[in-house]
Amino acid sequence: MKKIFFDGRKSLVKRLVALTLTAMAVVSCMAFSVSADYTQDFDWRKYEGTTINVYNWGEYIPDGAEGSFDLNKAFTELTGIEVNYAMYDDNETMYSKISNGGVSFDVVIPSDYMVERMISEGLLQKLDFNNIPNYKYIADRYKNLPYDPENAYSVPYAAGMVGIIYNTKMVEGTPDSWSIMWDENYSGKILQFRNSRDAFLTAQVLIADQKGVELDTYVNTNDTALLDEAAAKLEEQRPLVQSYVMDEVYNKMESGEAAVAAYYTGDYLSMKDVNDDLSIVYPKEGTNLFVDAACIPTCARNKEAAELYINFLLEPDVALEIAEFLYYQTPHTAVLENDEYSLKDNKEIYPDNMDEIKTVTYRHQSSETLDYVGKLWDDVRQSGNNYTTIFICFAVAIVVIVVAVIVSKQQKKKRNNYD
Amino acid sequence: MKNNNSAKTQSEKKRSLSGILLSSPYLVWSVIFIVAPLFFVVYYAFTDRNGNFTFDNISKLGDYTGIFIHSIWIGLISTVICLVIAYPMAYIMARSGARRQKTLMMLVMLPMWMNLLIRTYSWMTLLQDTGIINNLISAIGLPRIHMIDTSFAVVVGMVYNFFPYMILPIYSVMSKIDNNLVEAAQDLGCNKLNVFRKVLFPLSLPGVVSGITMVFVPSVSTFYIAGKLGGPSNLLIGDVVETQFKASNNYNLGSAISLVLMVLILICMAVMNKFADDDTNMIV
Repeated sequence: MKKIFFDGRKSLVKRLVALTLTAMAVVSCMAFSVSADYTQDFDWRKYEGTTINVYNWGEYIPDGAEGSFDLNKAFTELTGIEVNYAMYDDNETMYSKISNGGVSFDVVIPSDYMVERMISEGLLQKLDFNNIPNYKYIADRYKNLPYDPENAYSVPYAAGMVGIIYNTKMVEGTPDSWSIMWDENYSGKILQFRNSRDAFLTAQVLIADQKGVELDTYVNTNDTALLDEAAAKLEEQRPLVQSYVMDEVYNKMESGEAAVAAYYTGDYLSMKDVNDDLSIVYPKEGTNLFVDAACIPTCARNKEAAELYINFLLEPDVALEIAEFLYYQTPHTAVLENDEYSLKDNKEIYPDNMDEIKTVTYRHQSSETLDYVGKLWDDVRQSGNNYTTIFICFAVAIVVIVVAVIVSKQQKKKRNNYD
Repeated sequence: MKNNNSAKTQSEKKRSLSGILLSSPYLVWSVIFIVAPLFFVVYYAFTDRNGNFTFDNISKLGDYTGIFIHSIWIGLISTVICLVIAYPMAYIMARSGARRQKTLMMLVMLPMWMNLLIRTYSWMTLLQDTGIINNLISAIGLPRIHMIDTSFAVVVGMVYNFFPYMILPIYSVMSKIDNNLVEAAQDLGCNKLNVFRKVLFPLSLPGVVSGITMVFVPSVSTFYIAGKLGGPSNLLIGDVVETQFKASNNYNLGSAISLVLMVLILICMAVMNKFADDDTNMIV
């Protein structure tokens, strides 16, 4: 889940939409979910009677709401392992809880850059893939990603990309490049991310493509000169931007208030349900691929049972339920081939040229870089604001107030003398 | 005598003990939720990420001058508009019959039953180019007006959200003004205007002062409203603080901005109180 920054992606609007849709999806796969089949020649009851602690994003697992599949309950029924389930809102919360110690979690599901950080700080254990035979279902595209280059520590759970969402009635032709977000024809109709990392991505990918260098060079840079370059590009875009948004993007794209927006794939589907004129493309320059992956922290007390849980998450029927619930892209090949998967033939979420799309995953950046980007981002957002008028008005207001105070004081003096 | 004395001290003791007991929830509350956070704000403002003492955060604030002034300006305008609308409304409320007072009061309070975030979000739907107001305008054949993403929209949002905080204190002061004073003034030959100028207005000043405080302070420092309604050219200081804390994870700079904002607001309040004190003294 890409709630890296702020403004939970699952906004109220989305929740409502998602709820209706899940309800519909649930009805359609009801018969199926009751009789979920699990791999037969696998000893599921090996660790019966033990307990594991799972720490995951909020609303990031089918939890049995509205009569849907209840993943943890099904796991307990199958294996006899109790699940204590806890939730967090962002990677940083989860990270600080685990790095501060004093807790024990057996399974956590951090995002890509956080997996990398936790590996480098020795907070994760290597997985024993003999206990996770279902790993074979993971698509190649999600293997050996830079955050875990040897695939030793993490198993992809869900994924997504940043795309350009556009209104086909307002945009001519099919855009294929980030440059549409710098196109003056759409001035005042462009929505940019409010969080700096994703906003910088759009500029960095464009620059990297123009210069013909690896996306990673720009997107995951700690070099202030390269960051300045991206900031300058964003400053150039600033006069054309209607608004810097996070979850307002739903309202503005659905109502046709804006024509072009950069946003996340999973959320695009919710918008599309409301406004059928919308479409999404993955720009030719490349884009961000984000992956949330199941890992076992070093504080785990029941590693084997945790691996069993991860294996259970990858059971084809379970993974299907997860994919239907989350609306994100699934890294699971068996789900992608399953006719019961409602998004199977959705060319917008799974375009035919999926493997040709250039992607870059976020890497962990140093806190100095984060501070520097934060400052640049504030500068970009206030660039071009002309404060002269306001300064003048403000000065006038102050003068008026001071004069009023003096006058009233003198009146008072006069009165006192009079008395 | 001796008995009496000890009884007295005992009752005094009792009183002070019960006093402490009664006020202790508030004391505990204010220590945990007011004093401690203030301490943290000051601490973060003067330290860097590693906890070392530094003035860097404060010295970086020069870059934010424009945003500071802009925020105070928007706050000022919103406060003045609130006052201009609320004052006559409070007057009418205070002068009307008991039942109507209740109904009007209800109407003022009604929007506060909803969450500020939802109210602001609704204004977005109302004001935008394809929004409800513009659809109505174009339905009667007039050209659409661009309202969203302007300072106008921000001021509308602020006035709407903070209006009750202006009207309530003014109303409560006004409804307590003794009608005999007005009659006395009339008996002594005051015309309507002078009754208002010399009797009603000065007596209602305490309400006005607390109303201004309660609107000005949140409208200068609030986040969310300008972010949703103001578009890119209305970046206010509250939103900058929010980004520093939530997105940039820079608690130190965020705290420094908050600290300076607090000082600026205190200065504004001090100036206003000075102004008001002079006026109230004048009547007495």
